[in-house]
Amino acid sequence: MRPPPRNTPPSSLAPGPAPHSPQIVSFLDDLSALDSPGDRRVAGRSAAAMGDGEQERRLAASLTARYSDWVVEALDELPGSFLLTDPAMPGHPIVYASRGLASHTGYARREVLGRNARLFQGADTDRAAVSGVREAVRGQRAHQVSILNYRRDGSPHWVLLHLSPVFHAADGRLLHFLAVQVPIAPASRPPPCRTGRPAVFAACREDARVEEDCPCASHAGVVFVDVDTRGLDAEEPRVASDHEREKALSTANSIFSALNRYSKLTGLVVCGKRCGSVGIPALSSSLNLSLGRIKQSFVLTDSHLPDMPIIYASDAFLLLTGYSREEILGCNCRFLNGPGTSLEVLEEINQHICSEQACTVHLLNYRKDGSSFRDLLHISPIRNASGKVAFHVWVHLDEGAKYDFNGLTPEVWQLGAVGAVRVAVRSLSASGSLLRPSQ
Amino acid sequence: MEMKLTIKRVPTVVSNYQEEGRPRGGCGRDCLGGCCLPESKLPLYVFKASPKKLSLQEDAAGADFFLNLLLGLWEDRMARGLFRYDVTACETKVIQGNLGFVAQLNEGRHLKKRPTEFRVDRVLQPFDAAKFNFTKVGQEEVLFQFENGGGDDSFFVKIAPISTVEHAPNVVAINVSPIEYGHVLLIPHVLDRLPQRIDQESFLLALHMAAEAASPFFRLGYNSLGAFATINHLHFQAYYLTVPFPVEKAATKIIFPAEHMMNGGVKVSKLMNYPDNNVPYNVLISDCGKKIFLFPQCYAEKQALGEVSQELLDTQVNPAVWEISGHIVLKRRSDYEEASEASAWRLLAEVSLSEERFEEVMAYIFDAAGLVESNKEEVSEEEDATYTSVAIAPPAVAEGCLVIQ
Repeated sequence: MRPPPRNTPPSSLAPGPAPHSPQIVSFLDDLSALDSPGDRRVAGRSAAAMGDGEQERRLAASLTARYSDWVVEALDELPGSFLLTDPAMPGHPIVYASRGLASHTGYARREVLGRNARLFQGADTDRAAVSGVREAVRGQRAHQVSILNYRRDGSPHWVLLHLSPVFHAADGRLLHFLAVQVPIAPASRPPPCRTGRPAVFAACREDARVEEDCPCASHAGVVFVDVDTRGLDAEEPRVASDHEREKALSTANSIFSALNRYSKLTGLVVCGKRCGSVGIPALSSSLNLSLGRIKQSFVLTDSHLPDMPIIYASDAFLLLTGYSREEILGCNCRFLNGPGTSLEVLEEINQHICSEQACTVHLLNYRKDGSSFRDLLHISPIRNASGKVAFHVWVHLDEGAKYDFNGLTPEVWQLGAVGAVRVAVRSLSASGSLLRPSQ
Repeated sequence: MEMKLTIKRVPTVVSNYQEEGRPRGGCGRDCLGGCCLPESKLPLYVFKASPKKLSLQEDAAGADFFLNLLLGLWEDRMARGLFRYDVTACETKVIQGNLGFVAQLNEGRHLKKRPTEFRVDRVLQPFDAAKFNFTKVGQEEVLFQFENGGGDDSFFVKIAPISTVEHAPNVVAINVSPIEYGHVLLIPHVLDRLPQRIDQESFLLALHMAAEAASPFFRLGYNSLGAFATINHLHFQAYYLTVPFPVEKAATKIIFPAEHMMNGGVKVSKLMNYPDNNVPYNVLISDCGKKIFLFPQCYAEKQALGEVSQELLDTQVNPAVWEISGHIVLKRRSDYEEASEASAWRLLAEVSLSEERFEEVMAYIFDAAGLVESNKEEVSEEEDATYTSVAIAPPAVAEGCLVIQ
């Protein structure tokens, strides 16, 4: 695993894992680099698609390491246009493209392998739709949206994009993303809220990020086209029919079945839903006890597992955010982020984590019910008895809430949690057991 | 007639203002001396005069408050870069064996400097203002004042004027060369500039702190002069380690008979199989103040007389209170890798008094204990009166490898 590329723009970064594992790059990147509809090649970070034997091996390994060698053949038998991407590899590249994709888009398989899926978008692809997909990727959630794609020859066409994360059923690790593309037939009704909203949409268009009060962002399946459209002569945006949605779903299901059939040989089972705390290594009960006495709102993430999953969450944290423990154990903290979360701050957090430094930031985070709160967040690496970093602690404080700090400043009160965690973890050996004399 | 016994060792730096050459510019430097402190404001922790029983729920929350405060402020000083190194980056392990000595590899603790000469044959030495003492410490190294509120509750005040009622303030300061996370120094009546010598009042203060922390993993320790205290200004040390100390697990035998003096609920026991008038000694306060260990030792004396093996001297481990309790900080990786219960025993064997000497010392204590009885009432208000203060006579404190519980 190589370290993340340095020039990745902040808009595609998510608060991420420890330095030894690459960051998860957005599935569909900022399109501002594109000049014209005809430009299909995006300069930058995704690995070169062709001619690199090493690259091909790595892409192939992304599949065969998890599933058996025959998985490619099995997927080749399936109809439909779909692809698999690996979020853990730099650039979030496509690692598998179906036969149907070639006939559907005009791209030969070898032309898309190793590239980021943004290659299917073009100038008139709705930015809000792109943002929606990006958010779903970052949140590791399933997502469906009608989106304008471009074939290899530059001609645009509407597809229903069905995005589904593929999780390791046992430890909840994110393995791949599955993207199914179902073409949407023309002659559909215009979307209900299109009339009288071009000004709002124009605002969305400028900004790659989704604004909180922009209606188009949260409305999956409905797409807006800019009034002064280029390339497409007043073609109306399309809404996928029920039939098309079902087709997307069944295609996705058959792919999951194939993956599972061919993973039994490697002992791997995959599923479309994260299976929560099932696979997270259980903390020793004494550590749980010590951590349980800490009153502040905090989580502990494991610095060594891929994507830094949460391995402990305090009761206060669950109260603050509205999530249950089962929902969040095993997930990366980014589920707290939302449209108003500053990407610059997330980048700052990322850098501090990579350099094993503590940091205190103010940012906007979101509860399960969608409401936001101003979060005073302190993040610090925590070492165990070996002296090496084992976890990160994330201590949250809702700045808008009234709290009795018993005479302490909020900052010191927060640091008290950090200190308590340090002391608890200090007597944890590298193997995860508490230091105790052998009897 | 009296030969002066000295050893040479490199003192541990406990304050950023301790080393030679540090800027010491007069006042306006916010030190803890008479020039600056009385006009200053520091955080203040007021402890309750009568600790309640710990089984009460409210008290559990209150107890966590003290530690939360101490650790939070300590972490804050970490963030400000006041410590010489990150102690959590030092490897720690429990050595195989019955007792489980705790070893730590800490290569950054010891200065590579010219050793200083220390007199080891006098446990009591007069205060020397020319030498480093805690009035020279910067106020940023102080976490809070620690005063008795005389009431039933503890509370914390972010900023308070220095309390000069009756006596000078007691302060809790960081140890910039920590042995463990949360390592602090408790300095009673800092302005009084008392020499390193326990008296009843200061001992009670230390016990109050142990009670306030209410955690069996927060221990206080004391080193007398000649038992590896390097600063002759009255202070205790404390830190937090969530591992039992070997000395706490060692078997004990009650030697203080139960027939008389049982009203105080005091028991005096002797440590079984665990490897001093003017005998240097160390004190460990553990189990929230309910257990007090008193270790007389003779290591420094032996070292001065050239009776300690070179191999042991090379490890440069000075058996002070933490080492005797079983927490050993090693500065060489080879020593850390090879640390074994046997090597720990060898060290402690050099520390312990001979059997005859121990009997002598015990006899002295029981003599002195007779004098203590009149003060027992005052003392027995605390907790379950499960301790006794034996330090009352000026010349020396009671000696003995004793467990007082």
